[in-house]
Amino acid sequence: MTTPATASSRRPLWARVPVVSHLRQSVGLQRGMLVVGLVLTGLFLLTALLAPVLAPYGFAQLRGPDGAFGATQPPSAEHLLGTTQGGFDVLSRLIWGSRTALLVIVVAVVASILIGVALGLVAGYFGGWLDRVLVVIADAIYAFPSLLLAIVLAIVISGGQSSMWGGILAAALSITVIFIPQYLRVTRAEVIRVKSEAFVESARVVGASHVRIMTRHVLRNSTRTLPLILTLNASEAILTLAGLGFLGFGIEPTAAAEWGYDLNKAVADVSSGVWWTAVFPGTAIVLVVLGLTLVGESLNDLSDPRLRKRAAGEEPAEELLDPGVDPAPAVVSKETVA
Amino acid sequence: MTTTSDAPAARAGAPRAWAKKPGGSLGRYIAVRALLIVPTVFILVTTVFVLMRLTGDPITAAQGGRLPADQLAERIHEAGYDRPILVQYLDYLGGVFSGDFGTTLSDRREVTEVIATFGAATLELAFYALIVAFLVGIPLGRLAAFHRDRWPDAIFRVGGILAYATPVFFAGLLLKLIFSVWLDVLPVAGRADTRTELTLSRGDGATGIYLIDAIRTGDPAVLGNVLQHAILPAVTLGLLTAGVFLRVVRTNVISTFGAGYVDAARSRGVSERRLLRKHAYRPALIPIVTVVGLQIALLLGGAVLTETTFEWKGLGFQLSQYLQARDFVAVQGIVVVLAVIVAVTNFIVDIIAALLDPRVRY
Repeated sequence: MTTPATASSRRPLWARVPVVSHLRQSVGLQRGMLVVGLVLTGLFLLTALLAPVLAPYGFAQLRGPDGAFGATQPPSAEHLLGTTQGGFDVLSRLIWGSRTALLVIVVAVVASILIGVALGLVAGYFGGWLDRVLVVIADAIYAFPSLLLAIVLAIVISGGQSSMWGGILAAALSITVIFIPQYLRVTRAEVIRVKSEAFVESARVVGASHVRIMTRHVLRNSTRTLPLILTLNASEAILTLAGLGFLGFGIEPTAAAEWGYDLNKAVADVSSGVWWTAVFPGTAIVLVVLGLTLVGESLNDLSDPRLRKRAAGEEPAEELLDPGVDPAPAVVSKETVA
Repeated sequence: MTTTSDAPAARAGAPRAWAKKPGGSLGRYIAVRALLIVPTVFILVTTVFVLMRLTGDPITAAQGGRLPADQLAERIHEAGYDRPILVQYLDYLGGVFSGDFGTTLSDRREVTEVIATFGAATLELAFYALIVAFLVGIPLGRLAAFHRDRWPDAIFRVGGILAYATPVFFAGLLLKLIFSVWLDVLPVAGRADTRTELTLSRGDGATGIYLIDAIRTGDPAVLGNVLQHAILPAVTLGLLTAGVFLRVVRTNVISTFGAGYVDAARSRGVSERRLLRKHAYRPALIPIVTVVGLQIALLLGGAVLTETTFEWKGLGFQLSQYLQARDFVAVQGIVVVLAVIVAVTNFIVDIIAALLDPRVRY
């Protein structure tokens, strides 16, 4: 969906897939950052998918074959990363936690793309009062401290505490509302740019309906900045989920594993010198966010010809030759730099 | 959180839709910008109100299940939550515009009083954090830009991303673990020792901002104690923002470094260092002003988490206490006030940006 329809057909399809094409363009340091980001993200995805295989115990398991695990046990052969105050295995909750995080990201990003892009398309295409109202609302929400908004929404959706799916939906939808304005703005800016192109006008002259022009001609050419925001938002989603969990809006420990909740419980441990309950879930968050951000940052730099470093002797950036993918307008690309 | 780095252009982007013609005076800009606060605050207040009422009334949320049904109904009636939603909304709106944000359920205090009591601590923390962010973010961003695409740049950039990737509360926990528990050089939590707090609160006309109060006591021990407690929270929250500053300064210095007037200066034989210091650096700082404004929202969100981590008794700490007590009147009040603060700060910042950069006008 993100492949521009008008892109040159000289390169094979797989080379035009966003991340792959960026990887092929990159050199040196930039490639290094992108590769590190991709590896971290890949590890995260694998852990999330293979959680049942990788985790030594269940996320809410309190006893093994030899009896109860015991509370705040330091790392040992049986519990590689120790146990928590509540008597859970830290490693198992770490691994299962990646699954919760992934689910939240997927729900949040899919929901905000669907709603945000649709609103941006309508606002940008039709303009007028609808556009103004949507932009003012989006600006108001955008200026709001996102964590506070997420708290309010978490209260609304789940009343504070919840089951696995209740918690995941609460966290994801709270994050969705924060993201919609971003997708709206970016899509709107792109749509406004694209709709003045000659091919849109010719479609109108031919008599295509608004819906057809919007979906077939405008939308397809307005989605190229989305992969960037997508990765950056995915990392923000994890941080917001963890923040909610830390404030006690997480998912019940017996319903699913969630890193922010574990960190909340670790605050008391830290003061008494118990480090493993805080350090491991925290490091997991940092690594996942780092991976996603590195991918997002690199994609952003590579998409912006002014920031891209070229390999010696390489042809001029293809964007300059290819009318379908001309350089992003400054405002749009800058906005996506977190 | 996503922030706008090339801020003047982006921030002006939306309101520009209102403009009738390009160009205009500064006075007109300020007037239009001031008027835009009204819909922003209105939308936020309405959104929070509607969302909070979707779940039902705050009394059921706080007491639900613990009170018999008839007593619950009576209390709901007393508080007026059984009136039509529109009446409640207008009532609330009237209250907000006359500065009345309601009374908390758990400890029966005026929300405005809660904010006056705990706001000072949050203000103090935000101030320290901004200082740390400036001291760390701006020089490093400049260095990164100067060494663009070489190793120092890579290290600073990864550092900046790490600062963003680390949740504030985890950074706080780590710092606490290292400096308070293992090295035992800094206090674990709180704004000051109990004794110092007593001394400070006894002073005449205490502002609640411990730094000012401590200086006024003239006792170096008190001041030292206050500052010691401030280090970890300030660094925790400051580093979060420092990472953002670093990125913005780097990107902007790189783009001004490629500007025509820099090329012109270079062709006149100006040294690279002087180019960076005199030509590229200063204009690159203008967007920082706007970024600071956008950071206020991030800073307030971060303050909630930092204060909870360090038991720093400010608005954020109080908010999380109220959340745990399920006191949603208090939560709604604090959230709305914070939203108003953010809207007003953004307004002030936009005005400063307009004063600095004559191109920012409607």
